[in-house]
Order: sequence, then structure tokens, then C-alpha cells
Amino acid sequence: MIRRPSRRARIGQWVFLLAMLAGAWYLASNAADNLARRHIAFGFGYLANTANFDIPFSLIDFGPDDSYARALLVCVLNTLLVSAMSVVAATLIGLLVGLMRLSSNWLIRNIGLAYIELVRNTPILVQIIFWYVAVLHNLPGPRQSLHLPLGVLLNVRGFYLPVPVMAPWSRAASLLALLLVVASPFVARLTANGKSLGKLALAMPVLAALLFAVGIDHVDAPSLTGFNVTGGVQLPPELAALWAGLSIYSGAFIAEIVRSSVQAVSQGQREAARSMGLKPSLMLFLVVLPQALRMMVPPLTSQYLNVIKSSSLGAAVAYPEIFQIFAGTVLNKSGREIETFAIVMAIFLSINLAVSAAMNAYNRRVMLMTAR
Amino acid sequence: MSAVTDPSIPTPEIPVSEARSFEGYVSAMPVDSQAPPASTTGIIGWLRAHLFSTLGNTLLTIIFGVLALYVIWGFLSFALLDATWTGADREACLAHSGRELGACWPMIKERLAYFTYGSYPIPQRWRVDIVFLLGAIGLVWVLWLDAPRRDVGAFYFFVFFPVAAFCLLYGLPLIGLPIVDTDLWGGFLVTLVISSAGIVAALPLGILLALGRRSKLPVISIASTIFIEVARGVPLITVLFVAKVMLGYFLPERFDPALMVKALIAVALFSAAYMAEVVRGGLQAIPKGQQEGASSLGLGYWQSMRLVILPQALRITIPGIVNTFIGGFKDTSLILIIGMFDFLKTVEVAVEDPKWATPVSGPTGYLFAAIVYWICCFGMSRYSRAVEMRLSVAHKR
Repeated sequence: MIRRPSRRARIGQWVFLLAMLAGAWYLASNAADNLARRHIAFGFGYLANTANFDIPFSLIDFGPDDSYARALLVCVLNTLLVSAMSVVAATLIGLLVGLMRLSSNWLIRNIGLAYIELVRNTPILVQIIFWYVAVLHNLPGPRQSLHLPLGVLLNVRGFYLPVPVMAPWSRAASLLALLLVVASPFVARLTANGKSLGKLALAMPVLAALLFAVGIDHVDAPSLTGFNVTGGVQLPPELAALWAGLSIYSGAFIAEIVRSSVQAVSQGQREAARSMGLKPSLMLFLVVLPQALRMMVPPLTSQYLNVIKSSSLGAAVAYPEIFQIFAGTVLNKSGREIETFAIVMAIFLSINLAVSAAMNAYNRRVMLMTAR
Repeated sequence: MSAVTDPSIPTPEIPVSEARSFEGYVSAMPVDSQAPPASTTGIIGWLRAHLFSTLGNTLLTIIFGVLALYVIWGFLSFALLDATWTGADREACLAHSGRELGACWPMIKERLAYFTYGSYPIPQRWRVDIVFLLGAIGLVWVLWLDAPRRDVGAFYFFVFFPVAAFCLLYGLPLIGLPIVDTDLWGGFLVTLVISSAGIVAALPLGILLALGRRSKLPVISIASTIFIEVARGVPLITVLFVAKVMLGYFLPERFDPALMVKALIAVALFSAAYMAEVVRGGLQAIPKGQQEGASSLGLGYWQSMRLVILPQALRITIPGIVNTFIGGFKDTSLILIIGMFDFLKTVEVAVEDPKWATPVSGPTGYLFAAIVYWICCFGMSRYSRAVEMRLSVAHKR
């Protein structure tokens, strides 16, 4: 036999590659056989076919006459919507509970602990179904809607939120406002005549908010008319349940990330801050949190990716996201199994890659020097 | 104070009565310490220090205390005070004498066997009980770190028990056990089978993948990395659906595994990717000197891995492995989406049963499911923390 280990290994890997190729070829030929037997031609042309079904909740216009491709776009947008809402809410919950865990107050610390231990040790699917079936389904009908603060109505058909209606002339102002918000972090890093423009950058979002507010014509508030609620924007109970489940579940994990990152800031940093005479609050905001935030970025990234992946559980409560619509209704109507799952996997992989690339780029910018 | 006790210097004999007097305004004897202020000791002191130290803290304590009491009271009154404990159907749970509707526990009681066994034939259920018993013995044997003959325990749990469990659950007509089709399995049995078999298969696979990803051979490292990243980049439901729907395309037509087997394969492959990353973390924590030491002793790759690297790496990854197992256990609830009757699905069936249909059947059923899952996962996480503490103590020595 071959004596030298390195050569043996090199030959071994080519044998492995050949075996893998042979396996792939075997599977592919099986698939080709099966497809031929069922008279299915492989291809993505079916995406242009008319959908002939409606989607109960969509961000862009969708009707039964639209194509499967547009249905795919609708459900990708729905997935992104619930993921973004959950990421924001989970981060807020996580920060709050994480800081509660660090409190010197015994009660607050232990309420935080109880929350984390209760939520982390229950499957997220149970939580989503619990919110959907046990809570939102038991709400009163539209006539007995619960009136929440800020003009929000809540009943068995979901949340009704008031929305601002923009005056027709305000489009340009809103666009300008958006531009200001997007540009502000870049302006913050500019310098003019040796002076930083940080203060100007802070003023830009405020200006944007003012611009936006000026453009509001009136507020469309939901109100009870007859047997139904009209006006405002409806958040269906499926979305609300998925949002609640995802945010509360991931919030517990993010709380642990926050707690461990703050505790990981070395004690010497705190002692140095105290010996410089910083107040506890200044010590927290100037010394501890800036370092803890940097440590949080990598675990937060994987937590955000988990939120995006878990949004597929919307299929269990019939929220029209990728699994419910594309891998459900479209698959059943078209029968294109291989193509559909190839698309679904490609979408999730590209969303995940995009998010982790963005977070990694951010991480490289803020990473502590010592961590390199 | 060594000068005072130094025997070479003669210490003047001071009479006791003079010692108490002030000599040069300095007392020669310590004054008895005062008792601490009453407000810093006992319950009141503890409360002051931990709950009411400042005005802000007091306010927070009151706000959160009221909130916590409200939630706890709501839970207790639903689950215990207003709950219905006996009855034959939905009427019993609707009969409230001016109180709020509480939990409907007779529904759970009636369905308890269904939650445990699913549709497993009733005359054959003793087989499941024996498997549970054998599994419990093996679990204690393996997890109790001071148990006698843990090597025999490992053999029992990882070799004997799976074979025995398969023969008992599926059946072996040779020894008079009729075959029970996996479609009839259900409830907690399926949850346990999928999660434990999935994870037991995932551990060796994950180790291989982790070694593959760290391999110097480009083909193997690239193939392992692609597998790990793709499996971690898609949701578990995708993998489950692919296993359910597409496995049929890629296998020869005559070969069509049961849904249970497909779900098992999917869970095992999916967990293996996560396990691989946990094991890789452990491998990276092992100092390079260990590998070099093993090489200089003349150990080959597999020998050095088996005898030197992996025993150390796996030891420090036990908490990570248990965490992956907890995650896998929670994730098995997803198999209801591909139409398997796991524990959560049986709860859903019970909740939707018209015999018990009341506004409280949903809250009761899912509260029960949450409590069962919580007890299992919390127990496992406690165990993992205990092992972690023990290992860290051993590490310090």
C-alpha cells in the first residue's frame, strides 16, 4: 500500500470526491427517471403562470390574475416584514431584560431571570401557536374591540393601527426626508475645516421627521362602522401572533447576550473609570456599554439569522410567508417540487448571506483592537 | 506587630489595670465593636439593600412587583383557582358560578394516554412502557457521573438500548411481537424517538463534519463547509419538507421510506451541522501543542484524534452538546408541520375536539404543552450547568 501519509491522504480525498460525484450522479439520474416517468419537465417557466388564488395579506397589490412570480415576491416581502419587525422588537426586549438581569435590585433581577428561563425552555412553535390560538382567537369581536392607547383597536381580526395619510404634494418632501436619514451616518464621519460634522448629522433625522410631519394631511384612525372596523391599517392576527412569538422568544436569547457581554467587560475598565472619577451612569455609557456593544455583534448576528429562519414557522398559523404561500399553495397548484424547494433554499441562503455579510462588515468596523 | 512579639526585646510588664488607662492618649486595647445599625441587618436590612436602596429603586420595585403579582395571580387563578378539575365533557368546563372561566383539566386527563402514545394500539402499549423504563435506566446510568461501570452504561445506552427499543416499538414477529406501523406512533413517544435518535446520529456525524471542516485537504474541507453552512442557512422546515417531498425523487422508485424515517434523517442531518460547529469550537480550544505532541509520539491522524484531541475537545463541549440537544428537542415540535403526530400535534387534536370545544380548551391545551416542554428543557439545562460547574472545577485543579 501507499506508505507516505500525506500522499495517502491526498489520494484519499480524490477517492472521496469521486465517490461524492458518483453519489450525486446516481441521485440525479434517479430524479431524471422519476421526472420522466411522471411526465414532468424540469424548468422555471411555470413562475409566469397565472396564480388563480388570493393572498389575504400583502404589502404590494396582488390579485388572482397575477403570476406565481409575483406571489413569490409578495411572500418574500411578508417574510422580510415579520423578520424586520421581530428583530427590532426582540432587540428592545433583549436590551431591557438584559439590563434588568444586571440590576442591583433583587426583584428586577429575578423577574428578568424568570422571563429568560420560562421563555428559553419552551419551543418557539408552542409559543406562536399559544399566542394565536389561546390569546388572539379569544379576543372579542369587532363590536367589542379593545381600545388601546394611541387609537389602536384590538379584536379577534387583529390589530388596527392609525396611519398618517400624506398630502399629494408631500412626495418630494418625504423622499428628501428619507434621503436625509440615510445620509446622516455618512455625514457624521465627514469633517469640514478640521471640525467634525457630528452635530449636523444628529440634526438631520430631526429635520427629516419635521419634513415628514409637515406632509401629513390627516390621520386615518380606525373606527367602528356597523359590524366592522374601517380605516387604519390592519395587522392580521397571524402576523401579530408570529411577531409576538418571535420577538418574545428571541428577546430572551438576546437578553442573555446583553448580560454576558456587559459582564465580560473586564473589571479593570470599571475600576479605571471609577478612579478617573466618573459617575456610575457615565461609567456605564462611556466605558462599559461601548465595549459591550462591540462584543455583542457576532452572537447578535446569529440570533438575527435565527429570527429570519424561524419566521418560516408562520406556516403553522397560516401567515402568508414563503412556506405558507410558495412552498404551500403554489407547490400544490403547480406540482413543481424540485424547482420550488430550490428557490426556497436559495432565497433563505441569500437572505442569510446578505445579513451576515452586513453584520460582519459592521463588526469589522467596530471590533475592539484587542479582539483581532 | 512583630516587634512586640519579638522575644529578644524585653516587653515591659503592664498591669491589667494600667493597660485600660490611656497612655499617651492611645488605647492599648481595642474598643469593643458596636452592634451594626438595626436597619442593615435581618430582613429589613436585606430589603433596604436589595429593594429600596434609592428612591428610583423603590419606585421600580413597586412597579415591577405589582406587575409580577398581576401576572402570577392571573396564572394561578386560571390554572388553579378557577380551573375545572372533574367532568365528562365541555359542559363541565363551561359551568361557572359567576367566576371567570378557568383551565379545563379533565380534557387533559382524558387525553393523557393519547398524548403519550398517540394511536399506538392499546393492547401493545406495554411495549412502549418498557422502552420508557429501559430508557430511563440508561439515561440515569449515563448522566449520573458517579454511577458504577459507566462504560457498561454507555454500551447499554448507545448499543443495546437502541436495538431493544427498535425491536419493542416496531415489533419482531420472530419473538411474537406483532409489527406496529410507524404511522400509528404518536404523542410524546414520537417526540422522544425523533429527538433522541436524531441527536445520537448527529453526534458522530457532527464530529466527522467538524474534523472535515478543519482538514487540510481542500476537497474534504470545502465539502464539509458547504454542507454545514447550507444546513445552518435554511430553516429546519425546509429540510423536513425536502426530506418528505423530494427524497422520493432522488431514490429509486421501489424504495420509499416511511415518513418517520424521512423526518429522522432530516433531523439528524440538520442537527449534525449545528453539532459540527459546537465540536469545532471545542477542537479550536485545544492548544496546538497537543497535536504536535501526539505527532512527535508517532501517532497518525486518526490515532491522535481518537486518543489525544477528541477526548479533550468533547469534554469541554459537553455543555454545548447538551444545549444542541435541548435545541433539537424543542425543534422536533416542527415535525407537526409535515403532518407527523408528535406531542404538540396530539395536543392540537385534543384542543380541536368538539367534545371539549370551549374558549378555554386552547389556553389549557397549549399551557399543558408548554409546561411539559418546559420541565424537560429546564431539567436538561440544569444538568448541563451542573456538569459545566464540575468540569470547570476539575479544570482549575
